[in-house]
Amino acid sequence: MSAVLDTHGHGDHEHGDHDHHGHGPTGLMRWITTTNHKDIGTMYLWFSFIMFLVGGVMALVIRAELFQPGLQLVQPEFFNQMTTMHGLIMVFGAIMPAFVGFANWLIPMQIGAPDMAFARMNNWSFWILPFAGALLVLSFFTPGGAPGVGWTLYAPLTIQMGMGMDLTIFAVHLLGMSSIMGSINIVTTILNMRAPGMTLMRMPLFCWTWLITGYLLIATMPVLAGAVTMTLTDRHFGTSFFNAAGGGDPVLYQHIFWFFGHPEVYIIALPAFGVISQVIPAFSRKPLFGYASMVYATSAIAILSFIVWAHHMYVTGLPIGTQLFFMYATILIAVPTGVKVFNWVATMWQGSLTFETPMLFALGFLFLFTLGGFSGLVLALAPVDIQLQETYYVVAHFHYVMVAGALFSAFSGVYFWLPKWTGKMYDETLGKWHFWLSMIFFNMIFFVQHFLGLAGMPRRIPDYNLMFETWNKISSIGAFGFGLTQLLLLYIVLKTIRSGEKAPQMPWEGADSLEWTHLPTPAPHHSFETPPVLK
Amino acid sequence: MSEAVATALGNANRRLLTRLSIVAAIMFGFGFALVPLYDRLCEALGINRLVDKARDTGNTQIDYTRKVVIELDANAHNLPWQFRPLTRHIEVHPGELTTVEYEITNLRNRPVTGQALPSFGPTTAGAHMKKLDCFCFRQQTLGPGETRRMPVVFLIDDKLPSDINTITLSYTFFEVAGKDGPS
Ligand SMILES: [Cu+2]
Repeated sequence: MSAVLDTHGHGDHEHGDHDHHGHGPTGLMRWITTTNHKDIGTMYLWFSFIMFLVGGVMALVIRAELFQPGLQLVQPEFFNQMTTMHGLIMVFGAIMPAFVGFANWLIPMQIGAPDMAFARMNNWSFWILPFAGALLVLSFFTPGGAPGVGWTLYAPLTIQMGMGMDLTIFAVHLLGMSSIMGSINIVTTILNMRAPGMTLMRMPLFCWTWLITGYLLIATMPVLAGAVTMTLTDRHFGTSFFNAAGGGDPVLYQHIFWFFGHPEVYIIALPAFGVISQVIPAFSRKPLFGYASMVYATSAIAILSFIVWAHHMYVTGLPIGTQLFFMYATILIAVPTGVKVFNWVATMWQGSLTFETPMLFALGFLFLFTLGGFSGLVLALAPVDIQLQETYYVVAHFHYVMVAGALFSAFSGVYFWLPKWTGKMYDETLGKWHFWLSMIFFNMIFFVQHFLGLAGMPRRIPDYNLMFETWNKISSIGAFGFGLTQLLLLYIVLKTIRSGEKAPQMPWEGADSLEWTHLPTPAPHHSFETPPVLK
Repeated sequence: MSEAVATALGNANRRLLTRLSIVAAIMFGFGFALVPLYDRLCEALGINRLVDKARDTGNTQIDYTRKVVIELDANAHNLPWQFRPLTRHIEVHPGELTTVEYEITNLRNRPVTGQALPSFGPTTAGAHMKKLDCFCFRQQTLGPGETRRMPVVFLIDDKLPSDINTITLSYTFFEVAGKDGPS
């Protein structure tokens, strides 16, 4: 192994004097101009964390207003802006960049490549993001404020809003460009830059999930760009794609949006599955059960995700046959997803398990994501969905998938790879506190929202019937607890970087991908300049 | 990695970049292609047609045996507009084309844009009120102190459930900020 340990080729590189990233002030210009996949990965992760806090504060405004019935803190218009921006920022600003950050850090190391295929484009894909984020935040300061239309940006409201809407549309364009460039980069890296002997079917599952996610992004992000472009021309250039007064149809917007929107769910979920598929085998000290079936299940999910979009539209007047088609197609997705859950459980079966923080978050993911999948199945049923659509049941469902699913998986990944990134160990006790507090507060916020939804409380409304008060109070208290708990993560990461104990070469004995077996800890700034030798 | 291998890899990468970019461009076009596709599909399935030929040539007779009272209501939400219907209520027969007028006055000394949102009481009546023209179809911008009269042209279709004898048609104007200079 030592023969292939990377001995960086300094000298001919622009920042050859850094052994590894993140230590000491090395000037802003380094970060602006860097083309190193590890630097860019780090920037993605920090950007995502900042956006996570911004979106989180918006969630707390929502929950503070909903602490009791009646209007206390904010006006309905501002409340709508909060729900809209919370959704947009969390989806496009926090979760997606977080997994692109993981991809940047890990994919080149896991496949034995020196860097991403297009290092300069990689830099651009990242640096577009802060501008997009700024546009979103700026929209609050335009007359009329940010758009209060919901993160789905439905017509006809989007056509009626003030100029904050235009800023949001441009932000979505930028975010789309960034994701498309990022995915082209990832797909090319995986397809062309694998070390000799690293066949596709030997890749770590995280790379597989990102390869498929990359294709999903390339196929769907442009469709979203098209939808918001049509909204823009309807607003300013007299077209009538969605404007009913000119012969357009707002329902058409929903079809185009959800053609993007449902695959988007898997764009978020698949890399999360990838992280979990690395973590669970490591802490079970067993190889992943059913590797090939995982690959096929991932592909099946991706393909099916293109033919289920109208399950978001059961009440738009779809013919009954169409509703049934989308209902059965949606239920079908439970099969490959079930294969995945089964394989994760089977990986743990008779493994020698330990429960460090990454594993705890992975198990939290497994348990709660499955619950979210089940409530998704409930919502997939057209007759049930007609009752439950636009209620808190839906809110509960997608937060189980997005927060307990994607976010917990990202937390798991952060704890898992933090030693590899920084060369230092995080504080295990604090990590466990972070997990248990997140777990308890998460369920406090969202489990009770199932009850609210079943009882008929509508979403996106700042006021509610008195009978919903108790559960809303519990949910709001949970939200503040969850929000504060996330500051603990910031503290843990900063503490690790500043004063963490030196990490051993192999902090997790069950980890088996190249970044652990073929590279020192911490990973050097430049790795695999000569491809590793694989058995 | 040797020079030749590096160049070959660079070329392969660029080829893939081109191909994937073309896919992205095609998918951008596909989003727009969904527009005519959607229209064709709706036509083929006979759903969601704004202009339904079969229905237009159907019974347009006025049902004089039945009378429905339309109550007209108007509100402005956080908007310095005086907004009122010129008639409070009228009686119409199903199938009868009716025009009512509303009047708005902008009390502010600068232009203001508003969007009216209709609501119906009972809600189920909404599906049976066919509007041919309405100020709520578009945003309205009123100059400083301007007063404007605006029509709603509608008819009640004959499928209105027989237990509905009174329909309240209520409009609320919301300000669309950011459409007319600084506020
Ligand atoms: Cu969906």
